[in-house]
Amino acid sequence: MNTVFLIAALGLLVSTAIAMVRVVGGPTVLDRIVGVNVVGAQTTILLILIGYLFDNISMFLDIAIAYAMLNFILAIGVTKFFLRRKSARGGGGGEEH
Amino acid sequence: MARLVTFFIMLFFWVLISGMFDAFHMTVGALCCLLVTIFSHDLLFYGRPDLSWLRDIGKIMGYFPWLFCQIFLASLEIAYIALHPRMLDIIDPRLVRFRTRLRNTLSRVTLAQSITLTPGTITVNMAGNEFTVYALTQHAAEGLPGEMEERIARALEGD
Amino acid sequence: MSILSVIVAVLLLLGVFFFIIGAVGIVRFPDFYSRLHAAGKCDALATALSLMAIALFNIRDFDWALFQSWDNLRVSLKIVLIILFVYVASPAATHAITKAAFIVGIEPWEKRKRNR
Repeated sequence: MNTVFLIAALGLLVSTAIAMVRVVGGPTVLDRIVGVNVVGAQTTILLILIGYLFDNISMFLDIAIAYAMLNFILAIGVTKFFLRRKSARGGGGGEEH
Repeated sequence: MARLVTFFIMLFFWVLISGMFDAFHMTVGALCCLLVTIFSHDLLFYGRPDLSWLRDIGKIMGYFPWLFCQIFLASLEIAYIALHPRMLDIIDPRLVRFRTRLRNTLSRVTLAQSITLTPGTITVNMAGNEFTVYALTQHAAEGLPGEMEERIARALEGD
Repeated sequence: MSILSVIVAVLLLLGVFFFIIGAVGIVRFPDFYSRLHAAGKCDALATALSLMAIALFNIRDFDWALFQSWDNLRVSLKIVLIILFVYVASPAATHAITKAAFIVGIEPWEKRKRNR
């Protein structure tokens, strides 16, 4: 069963790498937030799988719960923050436009 | 009554999260739950001091399996679109506006969350009884509000 | 290899498959709003499938007499709690991001503009 968990964890790493393309290259700030959200959801699962592989599930589960909540707060907070900035509209960070 | 139910829900969460059953941790947990109950007993039963809130939760539970099936089917469709080599020919994003006949706030929020959870449609705005939904394909747009609204009405409003 | 482990493996790998599809989706879709569809699927379905698999695997040998298996049941309930939280929080976050995008004024990609 550990093999299945290991394969799943590797698959999650691959998909995190794909999602990182959007985080790095997204045209607007909101695109990056969506990418970070997806990476956060994948990290929640990855943490629990790591807990199984290290045989310490109850500790890693608490971290995973905190991470899931943090993921939600991050989306709400960063969205509110960038709502008042012109830079959310286009360009990279807004400096070059 | 509301305070008692709040206290026991809080205590259930404490036991679920902490998992330590010695005297010290249980005492601290009971104290914390008591404080939270005193300060915010009117938040959990906002606007409704009776227990109808818990009954609604029970009714929503019957609606979840159907919603999960819908999410699965719609996800397969989006997966097909995302992997299709000529994706731009298939998708046809559009804004859809419709009025709902759901009356109370809880069922409207449930409908908005369900629409967002189902891949292919996102609730953009909800003003009064008018929903603005962003649909990815024509097929997804045609399915609104449809069966989802009926099921929520049956589950939460008792029609 | 019991039947439960087969179910767990299928659910978990299906969840990972949908995670990869979601990641490919947010890279490939043409505009911001359609990327949200792929991201929402990733959150809702893939998280639920993988967490369900882990919760099932956690109570694989449940025994009413042992304290240890009751503790395992508690851990599984915590995982179910994460699923419920994600199902309440993820649409709210998506809604906040969409509304912010509308207020900021990001243009939706439309088929008509492309054909013109």
